[in-house]
Amino acid sequence: MEPPKTPSSFMSPRPPTPSTIPSKITVNFVLPYASELATKEVDMVIIPATTGQMGVLPGHVPTIAELKPGILSVHEGNDVTKYFLSSGFAFIHANSVADIIAVEAVPVDRIDQNSVQKGLAEFTQKVNSASTDLEKAEAQIGVDVHSALNSALSG
Amino acid sequence: MAMAALRREGRRFAPLLSPRPIAAVRSSLVSEEDIPFGARSISTQVVRNRMKSVKNIQKITKAMKMVAASKLRAIQIRAENSRGLWQPFTALLGDTPSVDVKKNVIVTVSSDKGLCGGINSTSVKISKALYKLNSGPDKETKYVVLGEKAKAQLVRDSKKNIELTISELQKNPLNYTQVSVLADDILKNVEFDALRIIFNKFHSVVSFLPTMSTVLSPEIVEREAEAGGKLGELDSYEIEGGETKAEILQNLAEFQFSCVLFNAVLENACSEQGARMSAMDSSSRNAGDMLDRLTLTYNRTRQASITTELIEIISGASALEG
Repeated sequence: MEPPKTPSSFMSPRPPTPSTIPSKITVNFVLPYASELATKEVDMVIIPATTGQMGVLPGHVPTIAELKPGILSVHEGNDVTKYFLSSGFAFIHANSVADIIAVEAVPVDRIDQNSVQKGLAEFTQKVNSASTDLEKAEAQIGVDVHSALNSALSG
Repeated sequence: MAMAALRREGRRFAPLLSPRPIAAVRSSLVSEEDIPFGARSISTQVVRNRMKSVKNIQKITKAMKMVAASKLRAIQIRAENSRGLWQPFTALLGDTPSVDVKKNVIVTVSSDKGLCGGINSTSVKISKALYKLNSGPDKETKYVVLGEKAKAQLVRDSKKNIELTISELQKNPLNYTQVSVLADDILKNVEFDALRIIFNKFHSVVSFLPTMSTVLSPEIVEREAEAGGKLGELDSYEIEGGETKAEILQNLAEFQFSCVLFNAVLENACSEQGARMSAMDSSSRNAGDMLDRLTLTYNRTRQASITTELIEIISGASALEG
């Protein structure tokens, strides 16, 4: 019987760490239903890590960062593309490659201000009326996401 | 042909048996048509019935092929889009199919429905081989089975090793939320050091590559990172967020599993439709061939009976003349 294949045989190998810092950072930004950016070379990305917004330039130290709901901005020359992420992980490798995995992401300009306000009010009310810990936690997540959305739109 | 033989047999045993049971047998095969004793023409009824049923089977297989083809198109796009999802994890944590751990859990992904070629048997075969490879005196290997078909095959000889079975995965279109709930369910109910996910990766409509993805538990990731080797580089990464490194690794392993599983179920569903399409294609073709052969037999028999009748008439006429 032939041994099964393993994932690495389906993957293009990652570039080795260059000796000098390259001028661009290579970004892979993936979602379950799409590869939003695939090995795209950009100047800088700003990642919403749980510890705060994190700017990543070429030659960044290798990092594993957990993400919180917030804005991911991709800077490419003068163009800035902004996405709102729900949550996920980001890996920054030594070879100036950044992998960003998110569960859900939308370009910021597609978010509707009114429904954000409505959702925020709804979940704030739910936090106050929650009786069990689970309900409270769920409502709190709703509030966090909506206030992050709100600040993303106003900021 | 078979029917004629049956009728001859029936006639021979006629004194022994009451006529009703034979009629009953005949009526289940041939439409009720009482052929009198000494009927000389050859009946083509059996062949005609056979042709009708083959034609119907062909219609069904053709329809199934069409359905599979349209389902394949939809799911193939989704599977291809989800292929980016696992790559960052493999880039970070490496690919460790040969890692030696105590508690192995083999997650076999299969389909709920059959008539899709050999994809389910392939996953089961590989799972069993992997089980043998990873079993030992101080080791514990368990199965988690997704889908009815692999369950039916594995229950036969390794029932006691099946920890969890999940079916009806594809009742609704597969989405990430559903799969991550499922992944969570597996993680909660099964203790593991390494999860090995077996699925058929979709390559083209006629080729599927049995694939094994490995997901390590956070403790093993840490152990391997300290030991160096493939995961040795992990220690050079700074970790942002979370209280401790262990917590982040835990989250990471869970997220990795849900992402890998999501891709695995999509790839397997895609392979299933592809396999069904080619299986149904070949069975429609087979039915067509069979129909051709039956038509030939039918026509030959018909012609033979016409010839016999003609000979009878002519010889009768010539007997009168002579």
